[in-house]
Amino acid sequence: MSSQRRPSGSLERLLPKIVLAPTTLAMVVCMYGFIVWTGALSFTKSRMLPQWDFTGFDQYERLFNNPRWDVALSNLAIFGVLFIAISLVLGLALAIFLDQKIRGEGAIRTIYLYPMAVSFVVTGTAWKWILNPGLGLEKLVRDMGFTDFEFRWLVEQDMAIYTIVIAAVWQSSGFVMAMFLAGLRGIDDSLIKAAQIDGASPTQAYWHVILPILRPAFFSAIVILSHIAIKSFDLVQALTGGGPGYSSDLPANFMYTFAFNRAQMGVGAASAMIMLFGVLAILVPYLYSELRGSNRD
Amino acid sequence: MTNSSFTWQRGLIYTILLAFAALYLVPLYVMLTTSLKDIEEIRQGNLLALPDNPTLYAWTKAWSSACTGSECEGLAPFFWNSVRIVVPAVVISTIVGALNGYALAKWRFRGSEMLFGALLFGCFIPFQVILLPMARLLATLGLANTVTGLVLVHVIYGVAFTTLFFRNFYVSVPTELVKAAQLDGAGFFAIFRHIFLPISLPIFTVTLIWQFTQIWNDFLFGVVYSGPGTQPITVALNNLVNTSMGGKEYNVDMAAAIIAALPTLVIYVLAGKYFVRGLTAGAVKG
Repeated sequence: MSSQRRPSGSLERLLPKIVLAPTTLAMVVCMYGFIVWTGALSFTKSRMLPQWDFTGFDQYERLFNNPRWDVALSNLAIFGVLFIAISLVLGLALAIFLDQKIRGEGAIRTIYLYPMAVSFVVTGTAWKWILNPGLGLEKLVRDMGFTDFEFRWLVEQDMAIYTIVIAAVWQSSGFVMAMFLAGLRGIDDSLIKAAQIDGASPTQAYWHVILPILRPAFFSAIVILSHIAIKSFDLVQALTGGGPGYSSDLPANFMYTFAFNRAQMGVGAASAMIMLFGVLAILVPYLYSELRGSNRD
Repeated sequence: MTNSSFTWQRGLIYTILLAFAALYLVPLYVMLTTSLKDIEEIRQGNLLALPDNPTLYAWTKAWSSACTGSECEGLAPFFWNSVRIVVPAVVISTIVGALNGYALAKWRFRGSEMLFGALLFGCFIPFQVILLPMARLLATLGLANTVTGLVLVHVIYGVAFTTLFFRNFYVSVPTELVKAAQLDGAGFFAIFRHIFLPISLPIFTVTLIWQFTQIWNDFLFGVVYSGPGTQPITVALNNLVNTSMGGKEYNVDMAAAIIAALPTLVIYVLAGKYFVRGLTAGAVKG
């Protein structure tokens, strides 16, 4: 903007910068400064309190030799893949069905989305009760006559992580639906008609015409869902507490436990840095393409 | 889109949609019915049964006498803690975000786009990476385990989002309007007040709802930066559920969970449109 020659006082011209100054300061210190701080800490011996004698990659070595971190990482892989895949498929299917001039669409949409308004702690609490082996789903199905039915994922080491997937999909799939629905609303009806005139069935029309157009929505949804997955903490804490043992820990829970309960600051900082790099690996290509796209208009 | 002659197809679509609606509602239904049963009925009956003799016992206990760790005063004190954290944090972060967004959208200067990019990035960092140094900073400032400290943390990390919301909203206001007002001698704040503020109701609504939901539902900052007397409701709920004094009272757990969820649910029901807009604006664009 070229308002340099405006006669207004120099204070007036500085106002935008003055307004942005506190935020800039907070950002430089509390985001980027703190990242550097945590990064530096991850190269020290710090345990209870920060101490600044550097030991190179020792903490990273300890981190990756820790079986609990291994579990957290493979849990993240299982959780991430299933959570993203199921939410995408479910969200897309519901969006396409809802886009068929459905009566009561508003009400149905409201129902699909309400879980997004409650906290992961509430979600975890609710599913902890529903999935509990004694009186929950297991008893319900047994009462219906299937007396041998077993559903004890919540207390099984190998299965606990899947209860996190169930609860997370319940909470977030409606949101994915909303994103796809917004994408579908931007598409001209005549495209489908044209495809159908060319002899395509509705399914084919969606598969070959609509899905490619929804690519940006897929892209955004995947980025957001993976971001949610990497940061997931509250849900695990409330639903399984990371248990049984530490079998359903995710990296965020690992970080919390080591940094704040175990007085292993160095390991905690190292795990936080790995999480940051995980997010960056997803985010940088995404932001790059977004910013390039928006600079064009 | 689809021709209305395909009635069986439409029937199938409606069935699927309604079945999923039921599926999404089941947890809420289970929470509500469980919270109205007494513990004997929970042991006898099943998950989906309606309560025989609805009682508010669990609700009173969850609100005023359930144990959340060593003290047994129910969720009430923590509910008010959350209110005391959320209200100032939401108001401050929204006002700061509005002014930031306005400055970034219409008063660009060298480096302002870079500043915006850097801020945008802040929306995405995993907070684990700032938890430890922030704890040190709060301790240094004497704000560890205080409501003020939590407000500060929420404002700092919320402003990235609120700025993004307002900036993207104000960018579409024609710059000619600003230029014309400048020719009339109006300055930075006068233009904001007379041109931008009057059209800002929708974006204020979206931002307030977004921030309210985020901060009310926060658990991470709450569990790390609060002390015994300042815990927000999410932390108290988690403690309540995991406090095992005597038998497990699922009805109390469920009543407590609903109490913790109620404020954001009410807002969602009243202003769902704006809630969804915030989700998509915050997520898709940022």
